[in-house]
Amino acid sequence: MGVVTINDLTFTHEGSETGPSLVDINLDIERGEFVSIIGANGAGKTSLCNAIRGFIPHLFKGELTGEVRIDGQPVTEESFPELARQVGFVFQNPFTQMTGTTTTVYDELAYGLGNLGVPRDEMRRRVDAMVDMAHLEPLVERHPFQLSGGQQQRVALASILVMGQPILVIDEPTSQLDPKSTDDIFELIENMKDRGITIVLVEHKMEHVARYSDRVILMDDARIVAEGTPAEVFNDPRTEALGTRLPQPLFVARALRERGLPVTGRELTLEELVEHLRAGAINGKEGR
Amino acid sequence: MAYIEVSEATHTYPNGVEAIKGVSFAAGLGESVAIIGQNGAGKTTLVKMLNGLLKPTSGEVRIDGVSTRERTPAQTARRVGYVFQNPDDQIFNNTVAAEVGYALKRLDLDEAERERRVAEALERCGLAADAEMNPYDLPLSVRKFITLASVLAVDTDVMIFDEPTAGQDLAGLNRIAEIIEYCQARGKIIITITHDMEFVAQNFSRIVVMANGRIVAEGNADAIFHDTEAMQAARLNQPIVPALAAALGHPEIGLDLDQLAEALRRG
Repeated sequence: MGVVTINDLTFTHEGSETGPSLVDINLDIERGEFVSIIGANGAGKTSLCNAIRGFIPHLFKGELTGEVRIDGQPVTEESFPELARQVGFVFQNPFTQMTGTTTTVYDELAYGLGNLGVPRDEMRRRVDAMVDMAHLEPLVERHPFQLSGGQQQRVALASILVMGQPILVIDEPTSQLDPKSTDDIFELIENMKDRGITIVLVEHKMEHVARYSDRVILMDDARIVAEGTPAEVFNDPRTEALGTRLPQPLFVARALRERGLPVTGRELTLEELVEHLRAGAINGKEGR
Repeated sequence: MAYIEVSEATHTYPNGVEAIKGVSFAAGLGESVAIIGQNGAGKTTLVKMLNGLLKPTSGEVRIDGVSTRERTPAQTARRVGYVFQNPDDQIFNNTVAAEVGYALKRLDLDEAERERRVAEALERCGLAADAEMNPYDLPLSVRKFITLASVLAVDTDVMIFDEPTAGQDLAGLNRIAEIIEYCQARGKIIITITHDMEFVAQNFSRIVVMANGRIVAEGNADAIFHDTEAMQAARLNQPIVPALAAALGHPEIGLDLDQLAEALRRG
């Protein structure tokens, strides 16, 4: 059984005029798996995250059928603090995440550990390691609210990663970030995965979704409509039909295939394209 | 003289951070400019100087011939609209329509004209059905369109969009591209900060690259995305077509896929 199991989950926010936020969700996530949720805005991605974290139904009230289990335990039967120890949650808007009570980035990173009563030297060790991993050295003495949007977003993510929960739910961690910082964040998340942490990610940068995910879940209108490896989901015609932005390499792959070049038209990364085009060029020359 | 004239402007924050270390820049009506560069490069500080929220520490920023020092921030803001990076820094009304109409109350407009402008801005931003909603019941990506609509309704000569593409899906990106094109066609100056290089390659003919408080390059997409020195200084990635072309030994190829296909066919 998976570490996150969702059975026949349907949820309607109290007073909703737009119908249910989640309909017939079934999902089984293995320990250490990296799952990305994609889909248009309003498709239900954030609601699904909220259900895994237990915000639904603990904070957001409404009509719920079916169940979400974390490690076999229904979230409705677990206390909210207990869930917080199991599932780390990174909000979409980094400005929401900041505690607002600390005056340096270093203290911001230590804040959650302090609340858990982690001993002082262990706290320092963990914060120092996270500062190093997230490349935050130049920022540690800065005030969290004097950082740029992108810097705040990196600090917000690090302040959750440092807590070390076994499951991480991350809602658009790179929306404010420049391309290189986005690459850094994905390296950081992959590093977490390598430590056996389960990752559930909402992201619009499809090149990164394609490169890093074990599994991609496509949502539309509160439902899961497609599910599989990145190659399966991005090559599924429904994905494009729903207005999902495809990874750029896939567009180029298709266009080059139409122009008669030796690619499959299913390549999802720049590296795959380069490899196939090089191999094709060699084969082409041998054929002459 | 161009409508926007920035000469040798610097900005140092009270905490001593030198965000802008000397920038000169000009833009005329009908121009659409993308500003790119890594986080902390000074992009937001520069546009806040254009809009009068920040004054230059040294040098000059002139809007329509007048230094921002000689106008109040409100007077400058009437010429230069600014859509914040974080919509929640901007939104405070209880309904989408009230939010979008708020700034119009200070302009000398009759009620019919106010209503017309609000309706048009809502329509253009895809918000017509959400007019009576509370902004905070709508997702972040929609709240970003609310702040965009507010600036469209005021109809300033210059409109600055600070990372409008963040968190947008494909429909949202296409809508933003249409809004930029529409405003430019009406003779506005549009300045857009974004990290989305494909969006820049597809929608902008003039690109300004910032790094470390300075402008390090300026030009069209072909020129900028082949300026490897500037791209590295700004820690930016090339869009996919030139990146693929370079990896395959054709660094001269621009953004044109047909050119790349042709070069690859020749081998």
